[in-house]
Amino acid sequence: MLVLVVDSSTPAVTAALVEVSADGVASRAHRCTVDARAHGELLAPQVDAVLADADARPRDLAAIVAGLGPGPFTGLRVGLVTAATMGQVLGIPTYGVCSLDAIGYPAASGAPVLAASDARRKELYWAVYDGAGQRIVGPEVSAPAVAAARARELGATIAVGDGAHRYAEVLDLPVRVEPRYPDATVLALLAAERIRAGAPSERLTPLYLRRPDAVAATGRKPVLP
Amino acid sequence: MADEPLILGIETSCDETGVGIVRGHTLLADALASSVEEHARFGGVVPEVASRAHLEAIVPTMDRALTEAGVTLADIDAIAVTSGPGLAGALLVGVAAAKGYAVAAEKPIYGVNHLAAHVAVDTLEHGPLPEPAIALLVSGGHSSLLLVDNLARGVTPLGATIDDAAGEAFDKVARLLGLPFPGGPPIDREARAGDAASIAFPRGLTAAKDLAAHRYDFSFSGLKTAVARWVEARQRAGETVPVADVAASFQEAVCDVLTSKALAACRAQGIETLVIGGGVAANSRLRAMAEQRAEKYGIRVRVPRPKLCTDNGAMVAALGSHLVAAGVAPSRLDLPADSALPLTTVSV
Ligand SMILES: [Zn+2]
Repeated sequence: MLVLVVDSSTPAVTAALVEVSADGVASRAHRCTVDARAHGELLAPQVDAVLADADARPRDLAAIVAGLGPGPFTGLRVGLVTAATMGQVLGIPTYGVCSLDAIGYPAASGAPVLAASDARRKELYWAVYDGAGQRIVGPEVSAPAVAAARARELGATIAVGDGAHRYAEVLDLPVRVEPRYPDATVLALLAAERIRAGAPSERLTPLYLRRPDAVAATGRKPVLP
Repeated sequence: MADEPLILGIETSCDETGVGIVRGHTLLADALASSVEEHARFGGVVPEVASRAHLEAIVPTMDRALTEAGVTLADIDAIAVTSGPGLAGALLVGVAAAKGYAVAAEKPIYGVNHLAAHVAVDTLEHGPLPEPAIALLVSGGHSSLLLVDNLARGVTPLGATIDDAAGEAFDKVARLLGLPFPGGPPIDREARAGDAASIAFPRGLTAAKDLAAHRYDFSFSGLKTAVARWVEARQRAGETVPVADVAASFQEAVCDVLTSKALAACRAQGIETLVIGGGVAANSRLRAMAEQRAEKYGIRVRVPRPKLCTDNGAMVAALGSHLVAAGVAPSRLDLPADSALPLTTVSV
């Protein structure tokens, strides 16, 4: 089954085509551009490009997998709306996967690991995974020091992800180089059971983790002195 | 008519998620989802709240539009989407959605200017627009006077507000009078029972000294402050505020400035058609005053019905249809959402 994967939860804008079979998940085509300010410009051309690379047409797709974040909202929505609208046109199911899972799961190798991406405002989006790559805490958003303390409590011995690189000093954990951003093949792998089973299509709701910045209107200031 | 292209339009520049479908100048569907109630307690549109609402609304709104028109995405000839101006995050949801539809359905995409779409929507009601025409676009987000010489290629800005948008002034005065948000409809309603000549509120940028530099520009900030002073003075004196009279007098001042400048532009350029669009164009007094004043000069005023004046997907589809008919090339798939898209750019 040919499956489209998109993720726009980090500065890496990713589109990929994977083949999901009974035995596993194999990458067919992959495009990734790191540019925190151009998700809207980059993603659709990349989807077009991976289809062309694999000599496929949209109607050949059997499902779409999207990274649900957490991630900076404006960019994150690009991937989710792209997946949702394409799924609607093609009448194929869409599945969501926590984007941090596609960093933490492949990084786990026997011991707990902290996966983190940049949440801006001097904070991290993060989650902790056990030695088998299962998420045990998170996703959460907090200051790097808070994430570091929780990770240590949970026995994490290593950190991974763009956020871990950025705040390596505060986290004070060895940083694994790869994956720095959500891995498209892993996103598909984590949805593979649902894809093979033909599970019902999922509503792609972003993992915002933060409320919108807005303050309710207060009393008006008088103009007369 | 069946040979004319079938165009879909997507609008998400502010707080309305709109999907419209037209064939030529014929409106087939105009589906809308609004997040206006979520913004009411903030007294204005909160960009992040609007963006979240667009993401949730786009797929169901598209479904409703397709059902209403009795077509599928496979039948569509081109997809038009507002690429600006507007709220950056809100625009981006619509642009990304349009691209998703375009890629999956393998259709051309047109990124279009929201303000030009406010002009184009009138063709759905009154047929092809004579060019050149003057357009007055007034809403909560914009107040502009434009020369429409070629709607497919570019319009020429003549003037715009130098401070608040006209719709913003309605919102602020409504709040002052204890009326709900958005302020346009309740002020229009209250004003019907009031005396528009009872209070002489200022007409911004109409004095001879201002006209030299700001002949076609607007200013509503001074008016808003004048209303606030007048109301506060009554309140401090322990008098009841005559809400209907204040609403009527304020509305009269806004409409007076808008119509006199728009008609001055028509007369100066010898243009016989004035199109009015944007949410404030739904104001009943603005419509009546424009028609009454234009008649004297033999100018024809075209105002679409209120539902087409406020932001919607049909206006974007109407402009898309106009661009396709004019042979304009589609946009590239990497077209941006541009919150400050200039008026001179009709399609990106
Ligand atoms: Zn508008």
